[in-house]
Amino acid sequence: MRLNNLTIKQASEKLAKGEITSVELTKACLARIKEVDEKVKACLTVCEKEALASAKEADERRKKGETGYLLGIPYLVKDNILTRGIRTTAASKILENYIAPYDAEIIKKLNRQGAVILGKTNMDEFAHGASTENSAFGPTRNPWDLDRVPGGSSGGSAAAVAADMCLFALGTDTGGSIRCPASFCGVVGLKPTYGRCSRHGLIAMTSSTDVPGPITKTAEDAAIVLSAISGKDEKDSTTADVEAGNYESKIKNSIKGLKVGIPKEYFVDGMNKKVKEIVETAIKKLEQLGAKIIPVSLPHTKYAVPVYYIITPSEISSNLARFDGIRYGLSENNVKNLMEVYTKSRGRGFGAEAKRRIMLGTYVLSAGYYDAYYLQAQKVRTKIAQEFDQVLSKVDVLATPTSPNTAFKIGEKSNDPMEMYLEDIFVSPASLAGLPAISAPCGFDGGLPVGLQIIGRRFGEETILRVGHNYEQAADWHNQKAVL
Amino acid sequence: MRLNKKDIQHIANLARLELTDKELKTYGDQLSDVLSYIDQLKEVDTEGVEPTAQVTGMKDVFRNDEIKEWNKEEREAALNQAPEIENRQIKVKRILT
Repeated sequence: MRLNNLTIKQASEKLAKGEITSVELTKACLARIKEVDEKVKACLTVCEKEALASAKEADERRKKGETGYLLGIPYLVKDNILTRGIRTTAASKILENYIAPYDAEIIKKLNRQGAVILGKTNMDEFAHGASTENSAFGPTRNPWDLDRVPGGSSGGSAAAVAADMCLFALGTDTGGSIRCPASFCGVVGLKPTYGRCSRHGLIAMTSSTDVPGPITKTAEDAAIVLSAISGKDEKDSTTADVEAGNYESKIKNSIKGLKVGIPKEYFVDGMNKKVKEIVETAIKKLEQLGAKIIPVSLPHTKYAVPVYYIITPSEISSNLARFDGIRYGLSENNVKNLMEVYTKSRGRGFGAEAKRRIMLGTYVLSAGYYDAYYLQAQKVRTKIAQEFDQVLSKVDVLATPTSPNTAFKIGEKSNDPMEMYLEDIFVSPASLAGLPAISAPCGFDGGLPVGLQIIGRRFGEETILRVGHNYEQAADWHNQKAVL
Repeated sequence: MRLNKKDIQHIANLARLELTDKELKTYGDQLSDVLSYIDQLKEVDTEGVEPTAQVTGMKDVFRNDEIKEWNKEEREAALNQAPEIENRQIKVKRILT
């Protein structure tokens, strides 16, 4: 077996036994990137020299007696997460040459544990999208079918994990951006509870739903990374003082007697019939494992996308105001006055979807429309969150499809923003409610992966990871690999 | 709600975006489509429902208001991202014309 194909768990055992070194592991990943990334285009920046230097350091730390799951494990980082001294572009022209002066809090945590950064991954510009086609540097391709999208917005991270370019990758999820690409690429994607992991050093999109999280090859690996990156951070006042559990051992407990709710609103006409069947089969498997399957209803589910596309653009129009050509990023200098610095730098620097969302947000927040759009959306958001809380007081988790479809063709939906927005129907509700959710591979339709989404209670990551791990052990889809 | 070219230009000015004629037209159509879709929220009864701005349940999170020295290397790196610097100050165009 090639070293880059290993899971974190497998590799860390080999590292601990001295069978392999981090330098060997890192070299295997760098070689794989060179071998296949011409085709997949998952990486925007690869930092070979720095990666090998940190791998060497990790090996030295281990020699001195240090241990840890992530010591010497190579990983990739979505390009909206700040990495000191390494270019961070958010896949936007406006940040094309931006070099972060400091590390995001989650990167600091991973550095302390000795994980090795290989480089930065492609994404929809500023994480706006569900296909990675909105990158200013060209789309990433799905390793299972290079004519198709990897999903988004963390498409580069998911494609890189699926193609074994790294042992794990970091993504961010605002309304599905970890789960959607994990589903399309046949890997595990975990969106933690809002407030579980620090947002300090993430390029903000929608501050009230943004969450960083892992994309991995197994649920167990997701548990390992989550333990490493979670925790209170005084630089992000929305982080909660909740101890990260020791998930790796607890997720192995059985799911006998666990109550799994199946919300009927997630199995609707109009979705891909095969996807529906495959997810229903996966739910039967959970039942065979001893879970109690309980039909439930979340009637406000259909309003999640309209709520999301009011709240998100509103927060975007505010968060992206900082890109003004003054302190960093692209700055247009052929101008007459300050106003033109703003309008020309932003007009030239932002791509089509970023502009569209800024415009939409500006409009719905503008005088005379605030109550009708933004305030009403916030109220419906309350109803969506309350409905989840009620249902999740009766069941332990919810099981749904991650996406209504499998990966679509590149270019198929890129001219119709509305159609792209509807890709979020099963992933945006949990984001609005701040709940943790995982997407795990649960089968294939015509050679394309299908994802099973498990939504849990606030800070209930242990339970959703337990369901994911038990399912994975019984169903074994995660061992299927794309041939490149 | 259909947005005409003048509406779109007004929004673009508020958002500090210079748009081409073609963009003005495209965004007019696309934003109108999105707005008519999100209009369905009007049918939800939200009488007496409190708005949700964030979901943590936390409020008034305080920390000490104290100055912490930022390490020099990172501070200089941050400053050096600016397009124009004079005497370690970021230089901007004149505001009054």
